[in-house]
Amino acid sequence: MNKLSAVKLALFGSVMALASSGASAAELNLYTTREPGLIKPLLDAFTAKSDVKVNTVFMKDGLTERVASEGESSPADILMTVDFGNLIDLTEKGLTQPVESKVLDAAVPENLRDAGNNWFALSTRARVLYAAKDLDLSAFNYEDLADPRWKGKVCIRSGQHPYNTALFADYIAHHGAEATEKWLTGVKDNLARTAGGGDRDVAKDILGGICDIGIANSYYVGLMRSGKGGEDQVAWGNAIKVILPTFKDGGTQVNISGAAVAKHAPNKEQAVQLLEYLVSDEAQKLYAEANFEYPVKAGASIDPIIASFGELKVDPVPLTEIAGYRKEASELAEKVGFDN
Amino acid sequence: MTDTVLQRFSFIQAAHRKVGRLWLFMAVVIALLVLTPILALAWEALHGSSDLWPHLFAFVLPTALTQTLTLLLGVGILVILIGTGSAWLVTAYDFPGRSTLEWALLLPLAVPTYIIAYAYLDILHPIGVVQGAIRAVLGYSSPREFRLPDIRSMTGCIVLLGFVLYPYVYITTRAMFLTQAANLIEAARTLGTTRSRIFWRVALPLARPAIAVGVSLALMEALNDIGASEFLGVKTLTVSVYTTWITRSDLPGAAQIALAMLFLVIALIVIERWARRRQRYSLTAQRNRSFTPRKLGGFAGWMAFCSGFVPVFIGFVAPAAYLAIEAWKRFHMAGLSRQLVSEASNTIIMSAVATAIVLVFGIAVAYAMRLRPGRFSGVAYRLSTVGYAAPGTVIAIGILIPVAALDQFIDRNAMSWFGFSTGLLLIGSGAALIYAYTVRFLAISAGAAEAGFSRIPISFDQAARSLGQDATGTFRNVHLPLSKTALAAAGLLVFVDCMKELPATLLLRPLNFETLATHLYGEAARGTYEEASIAALAIVLIGTLPVIVLAGVGRQKA
Repeated sequence: MNKLSAVKLALFGSVMALASSGASAAELNLYTTREPGLIKPLLDAFTAKSDVKVNTVFMKDGLTERVASEGESSPADILMTVDFGNLIDLTEKGLTQPVESKVLDAAVPENLRDAGNNWFALSTRARVLYAAKDLDLSAFNYEDLADPRWKGKVCIRSGQHPYNTALFADYIAHHGAEATEKWLTGVKDNLARTAGGGDRDVAKDILGGICDIGIANSYYVGLMRSGKGGEDQVAWGNAIKVILPTFKDGGTQVNISGAAVAKHAPNKEQAVQLLEYLVSDEAQKLYAEANFEYPVKAGASIDPIIASFGELKVDPVPLTEIAGYRKEASELAEKVGFDN
Repeated sequence: MTDTVLQRFSFIQAAHRKVGRLWLFMAVVIALLVLTPILALAWEALHGSSDLWPHLFAFVLPTALTQTLTLLLGVGILVILIGTGSAWLVTAYDFPGRSTLEWALLLPLAVPTYIIAYAYLDILHPIGVVQGAIRAVLGYSSPREFRLPDIRSMTGCIVLLGFVLYPYVYITTRAMFLTQAANLIEAARTLGTTRSRIFWRVALPLARPAIAVGVSLALMEALNDIGASEFLGVKTLTVSVYTTWITRSDLPGAAQIALAMLFLVIALIVIERWARRRQRYSLTAQRNRSFTPRKLGGFAGWMAFCSGFVPVFIGFVAPAAYLAIEAWKRFHMAGLSRQLVSEASNTIIMSAVATAIVLVFGIAVAYAMRLRPGRFSGVAYRLSTVGYAAPGTVIAIGILIPVAALDQFIDRNAMSWFGFSTGLLLIGSGAALIYAYTVRFLAISAGAAEAGFSRIPISFDQAARSLGQDATGTFRNVHLPLSKTALAAAGLLVFVDCMKELPATLLLRPLNFETLATHLYGEAARGTYEEASIAALAIVLIGTLPVIVLAGVGRQKA
């Protein structure tokens, strides 16, 4: 046992030596569910400008649980994630703190941040329609997805993915649970293949002749067409045209990426500094150009590929209201066997 | 004189009993370490309401259970067929290329399920190479005119998982054919039994425990899988756990489903053991001779090689070649990522450290059961293997809760006693990650150690003990040398598994710490697989090295 623990200690020691890096002047710890490839350019630019080093850990599921379990000892300063539901969850679980910043207040529209200033949207994206290029179609309502006209022609990712859950929840906000269940059943009947995969697969499958239309996020079109995802994806992106669908009595459903300062942030000052940088003109331009997202700041430029979809008319239902219907939306999707 | 000898003897016996107790104590501690995350989950589950169950029973479980059982049944049948068939092929027959096949059949182990899923999704997609070629031959110009059925289906998932998971059965079954079965097979042969009869009447029944071990490892991998089923649209129970946790932010509910699943798995294991309860597989101390394989030449030899090569091709060659091509394209476009080297070294170091610990722990648990067969050690042994059966992410959460609590406790006390903050000692150092790997993969080393020890007649222990060795000495001089190969094989399996592990690695690693698997996931999660192809190829290649070593180890023995 002694020998064993000695060995273990030695091993842990070497791992620790590996894991810990030299301390620099100012640092900041970021827990993120946004993929490193997406945010690295932004963080590098921030470090170059502010001389604050950003340590990151990219997670997918369990960011909330990790911060909660680490409690007061948590090194996390900023929690960055996509989907307003996640941000609202973090706030409701008491893992964030309010931030008073004139810069943030001025840059982020009121409907895209927490009423108590716990979280702020940094970019938005729309849930749009990908349609086969040669299809005679120029306008679309989300309601039409259940139209029998599209039987065997629709592709979409899992009905339990947060992007779809948010869309279904928005549908409930517009039409109520009963109508939503009916609609989901209709959409399910129209599916060309099992709901699954990712948003880009919709474009790929349209090119592959599996389906004619599908629902996916706006920025993927930019990532595909720009050639950032390789040659193959240019072909996928060019096989489709994009229509900004709307609810019959509303606009296009949008979701956000955003961030919050952690409750026990050891470097709050730097954390606010990063948030403020992320809504600066420079960073918002990067969001638009590198990631093809819609900037949150009014007047910030939009990438030409995204601008070519036409003007985005954002659905007016408040995000907090949609968030309240998420659980119901997820259960309805299960009830109609959306993914089966 | 006789008196003093007796006195001395009983003194030694007492000392030896102490050593024996120490082993048992270690086994119990290890079992508790593995049990802690499960208890944390149970605690979490208790916090939830039982509200979700009516909904689950009505709308989720019927499909999820059917899909899960279909998947397990399908994968189970497939891995038994491929694993046992290929093991028998390379053991009972000699043909050109056999020695290559012997190790090549292990290669699919190096390919994680999520990688094989996305590789085949691309290869077999209507716009991929295979269907493109078919269209060109048949003269169609667009996939709208002609395409094959979609691979995103239950059948697709079963086939893909079957072809990467069969090596678990191959490895255990082949070892059985080569060692203990060999004597009896030789005996059957001298009695004039035909080869196919030997397979059905002697080899297969003898290999049953080995097949059972291999299949249960493969099935637990299949049950755990989330990556491949996400790609292929199969909705297993594991997916329900995810949905409940992630989409509905209901961790207690997810913990409840996960625990129910765990019970299901344990029940299956118990049933399997119960079915074998009347069988005893005892062995003689007689040296095992491997039996002489039958020579196949000409066309028969060719056919033998081809049929043995099919699983290697589907499970390894095709996806690896695809990755190599994609990685090459990527390399041309963007060059090599600077982080790749550090990611690879992180991967290797973490996996190696974890493997060492997993091996030591596995040996301790299995040896304690041999020293002190009884309820205590038996329960400790079984408990220590449950971590393999639970979904990776759920186990990761189960580890996160107690480890983070301990971290906070240490931090707080360091602060109040010494006035400085230790930060998160266990998570920050990577120790939490090593712990997670240990919990996840202890089943492999404990199982292998138990199987290895069971081949050693108990009379060897008695002989060593009567020659004055204590339990530890007996282990060092008898068990370790005799089960070296089995343990080495287990170590390599664990290493490869740690390398491929994703969910716990994502959740529990320190800041700025990337491994090949997390890099790959980071790219795959946003759909930029091409960028991940280099990391994916690196995982497969690094995973291939231990597999080749593993083959060498097996051959030495043969």
